[in-house]
Amino acid sequence: MGSAPAISPLVIFLASIFTSNMVLANFLGMCSFISVSTEYKTASGLGKAVALVMVFTTIFNWLIYRFIMIPLGLDYLRYLIFIIVIAATVQIIEMVMDRYLPDLHMKLGIFLPLITVNCAILGISLFMVIRSYGFLQTVLFGLGSGLGWWLAIAALAAIREKMAGNQLPRGLDGPAITFIITGIMALAFVGFSGIFVVM
Amino acid sequence: MMKKGEVKALFRRNVWDENQVLRQILGICSLLAVTNVLSNSLVMGAGLIFSVALSSLTISLLRDYIPHRVRMIVQTLIIAAWVILFDIIIKATLPDVSRALGPYIGLIITNCIIMGRAEAFAQMNPPVESFLDGVFAGLGYTIVLVIIAFIRELMGFGTIFGFDVNFLGLETWTIMVMPPAAFFLVGVMIWIVNNIVARKQAIGGGKNG
Repeated sequence: MGSAPAISPLVIFLASIFTSNMVLANFLGMCSFISVSTEYKTASGLGKAVALVMVFTTIFNWLIYRFIMIPLGLDYLRYLIFIIVIAATVQIIEMVMDRYLPDLHMKLGIFLPLITVNCAILGISLFMVIRSYGFLQTVLFGLGSGLGWWLAIAALAAIREKMAGNQLPRGLDGPAITFIITGIMALAFVGFSGIFVVM
Repeated sequence: MMKKGEVKALFRRNVWDENQVLRQILGICSLLAVTNVLSNSLVMGAGLIFSVALSSLTISLLRDYIPHRVRMIVQTLIIAAWVILFDIIIKATLPDVSRALGPYIGLIITNCIIMGRAEAFAQMNPPVESFLDGVFAGLGYTIVLVIIAFIRELMGFGTIFGFDVNFLGLETWTIMVMPPAAFFLVGVMIWIVNNIVARKQAIGGGKNG
């Protein structure tokens, strides 16, 4: 972990999509990544919902962390507060969507409650604190991580859909092969490393 | 109090038959992230056992007082409280490990194993059983963690717990400490366990699960 503030937000944005992808390099959000990736359409919907929630939760968490928790010395309570903020944000997004964007709510609504317990969401808030990002960096970090997660789950779901009818050895079917596919995807993403350095 | 046989059955079920990681595919995030070095994985395992056992105990003690409709948020808060405590202990006693694990200790809160145990066991069972259930579930996770970390550290760095065991001076595989190897190893482990279970069922007529 270096002195983060020097890194340009644009670099953070691109790096969080490719070189330090949430799933493939940081292993965050694996539970839903493995279980909701059997069908491309559903996976892509979840990906979009995660990206949306990520942007908003990082913004709220950053503001609360910077302007409430640090001045009051509540740093040690950050896990608790972040979790509550995330749950509240998801609830608010769901209500606003229901009221103003009913079509989108119909599509993404079922995923929203699931997202509260997605560790990627809490994870990026914690990364943002550990790396002490500024506001613009945080926004682009949240957006980039969300898009990266979406990209990864959509790609995995597409691969799984393509090979759904294939014959596999018994026991390898299901989660086991999914992990191996993900490993190969991660291997491909390692190819991006070195283009952007963020740590 | 529980009888010895019951404890044994609970142990067997949580560590093998329904191993949280290999059979239920839960708690994968931290499993993959911290397993490149053995010592970090042991701390992570200890953290999970600590949090899941005490959260299960607390939730079980409070099970008659938690309103059903808001139980998820109450459970999350209880879990978060224990994880914060563990985080503070590690920060004070092992600052280096705490830095190396970064956000992953905090992420124990969203580890599905704890919530899973709370939902599936602790909220309808007495405290002692819930506590043991938590310990065993955490143990099942830790065992998998240690096996994977052992392979990755040995092949990736040629060390075990930081001690050099690479006597022959073999080339180490950098890939083993990088993310892809974690995915491959977990995939292969699930495959092996699935096969063992399938074979046992074929021979023994399927005792359970």
